Amino acid sequence: MSDSASISTTLDLAALFPQTVTAETRAGFIGWVAQTNALPEVARRLRDELGYDYLTSVTAVDDFPEDRIEMVYHFSRTVGGATLELKVFTSRADSVVPSLTPLYPGAEFQEREAWDLMGVRFTHHPDLRRILTWEGFAGHPLRKDWKEPYFEEEAKPFKSRWPNGQIVRAETKNPFGDNVQYPAGFDPEACITENDEALYASMRRFGAAQSEEDGLATDKMIVNLGPQHPSTHGVFRMVALLDGETVTDLRPVFGYLHRNHEKIGERNTYLQNIPFTDRLDYISSMSNNFGYVLTVEKLMKVTPPERAEYIRVIMAELTRIASHLVSIGFLLNDLGAFFTPVLYALEERELILDIFEAVSGSRMMCNYYRFGGVVRDIPEDQLKKIGDLVNERLPRKIDELDRYLTRNDIVQVRTQGVGIITAEQAIANSAAGPVLRASGVPYDLRRADPYSVYDRFEFDVVSYNHGDVYDRYMVRLDEIRQSIRILQQAVKTLPGGAILAGKPAYQVKVPAGEAYGRVEGPKGELGFYIVSNGKPNPWRYHVRAPSFINLTSLVDMCRGGKVADAIVVLGSIDIVLGEVDR
Amino acid sequence: MGLNGLNILRGLVVTFRHFVETYTEDIRARRAGEKRYNTQEGIASRTDKDVRGIFTIQYPEEKMPVPEEFRYIPFLVYDEGEDGKKALRCTSCGICPKVCPPQCIWIVRGSDPVTGRPVPQPTEFYIDVDICMNCGLCAEYCPFDAIKMDHEYEIATANRAKSDIYDLAKLSKSASYYASIRPVNFAREEAQREAERLAKAARKAA
Repeated sequence: MSDSASISTTLDLAALFPQTVTAETRAGFIGWVAQTNALPEVARRLRDELGYDYLTSVTAVDDFPEDRIEMVYHFSRTVGGATLELKVFTSRADSVVPSLTPLYPGAEFQEREAWDLMGVRFTHHPDLRRILTWEGFAGHPLRKDWKEPYFEEEAKPFKSRWPNGQIVRAETKNPFGDNVQYPAGFDPEACITENDEALYASMRRFGAAQSEEDGLATDKMIVNLGPQHPSTHGVFRMVALLDGETVTDLRPVFGYLHRNHEKIGERNTYLQNIPFTDRLDYISSMSNNFGYVLTVEKLMKVTPPERAEYIRVIMAELTRIASHLVSIGFLLNDLGAFFTPVLYALEERELILDIFEAVSGSRMMCNYYRFGGVVRDIPEDQLKKIGDLVNERLPRKIDELDRYLTRNDIVQVRTQGVGIITAEQAIANSAAGPVLRASGVPYDLRRADPYSVYDRFEFDVVSYNHGDVYDRYMVRLDEIRQSIRILQQAVKTLPGGAILAGKPAYQVKVPAGEAYGRVEGPKGELGFYIVSNGKPNPWRYHVRAPSFINLTSLVDMCRGGKVADAIVVLGSIDIVLGEVDR
Repeated sequence: MGLNGLNILRGLVVTFRHFVETYTEDIRARRAGEKRYNTQEGIASRTDKDVRGIFTIQYPEEKMPVPEEFRYIPFLVYDEGEDGKKALRCTSCGICPKVCPPQCIWIVRGSDPVTGRPVPQPTEFYIDVDICMNCGLCAEYCPFDAIKMDHEYEIATANRAKSDIYDLAKLSKSASYYASIRPVNFAREEAQREAERLAKAARKAA
């Protein structure tokens, strides 16, 4: 595992920017601190001169009761290597930071999220609206002095549960209807349409400007796809401005499934967060566990034993296969091949889930990884099952799926040249995973910034060059094959020994400091940013959700295409709303 | 690109083979004298790596066997003494309500009616199963093997307000039931307890 601290200090930002950047001095903290107004200039030079072309993560930390909010940026190079961490400080009372969206379009949604949840305003942001909560939401929930409707205590475990735990349901103390707050002067009945009208009006203005360019006044129509629509893979809405059948502009609207995972995470103890990460991208819970425990282990400075590392890789790769199978299957659904391909894909996924159930106890909410290892060993019969699956069945079945779909004329016509995004756009939009690799950027964290024991396995990073829906499909198909390769090696060379470093402990000691840990999840780079203040609960817990950030590219992909293609494009990004909305 | 449809036909061959196999597999199984439906071995053959033809399990007529580690809603284990008295293993130590991520476990610790001092027994124990997320952390960190995850997953009710808070009576299940759903874990824990008892006896003798 690479040590991000040692690599990021090899680039001495303080020497490069003597006036504006200083090194982080707090114990346990890493990276650099820039002066707030110098941020765009520092970021521009990082991008243009120093090769940090990829803005990985943008988030904010509230230093309550101190009057300070930290904006935390993680930059990467698409050629590989560790992240570079840069912070700027602003006050809680008047939080204003220059936007990085003009330099890195991938910051757009993340800055909107920081505004929504933390109340940081970004100057020169093109569209600073709430993104996960709705317009009638009072306050900025991730601020430490904000309290949720069923608030009980600052941190779990709650004192009311034991030793005198007379059960009371929160809903009886604070019934529905009394548990909501609105901003002053807000009428929830009237305002919903008003806000939507504002969105439609802004899109119409954009459409009108375009029409004038053509010199031909044509009527443009606004169509809402979703939020309740089978093609949107969950509760997700695309507002499309149509010129006939052509999409001229499109805005994704989401947050319908928002539950403030990060606030829950800051109330939880470190261990209690593991089952909650299962519920992010619920198709690939093992990968989510992996990213989270890896980050906490970085803070705790614990290394899991060999066998645990191998088991983790086995589970993560099985998850990748299952997730890509679902993605491919439902993409075909979006293309109109109603349910035959997806059911063939789900058969294989079921066999993988059977293994998860026998090993971890649950098919989807696995809760299998622990700090320093995993919960329990893989039983001998399940190991044999995995071996049979990856050595016999899966290669055969993937070949069958390939024969069945890849050369199909309809699939080719509907997906080739559709939803194109160039490599430059994909990098600028901070796209990750198959979306990035289909555009010709072979950036895979398992190789670019290796973690766990991935450096011991032979596999190829898949990348294709057209950046269209077809290539994203091809990347996923080939990645399944590469995962099978890794699994074949891992099952064969699985070492014996312990599966957990130290003794099982329900209260872990996490020293004060910060860590950003990341894994290559099936959807892309899944990152966790955790700030600890030495207490049993994380002070800040942030998830860099790949499908959320990948949606930044949706507009670029859809513009100029047909309505029916917009649905296919969305399917090819492979979003899971549990992770998008968090 | 030539849209001659040949590759569509090639794809259809795959679908057609899947279709035909649903029949041929049934015929093959009948000839071999195997019962492919509504039997445990039939279900096992349809979840095997070599499965062809029909893959689905017709729930609720057929049910997938749940593996030992499968976890759903916790229960409290009690040992039965010789006189048939139920002795809960729980000592109301408070680890499970502390470790519970959604905080759905509520315990009233017992106290001696005379002295008022705590006694190692719960007087009340509640689990709000609407809130329980079946993560299994309570069972994992219980030092007394007193709380375990159940296999009973059909718990849907029409009135959640009345039925979904499980109390001590509803949560208590016998150790023999526990042994029946988790034989491997039960045997391992019993062996460990026996070893500890022997070690203790050896220490006393020495």
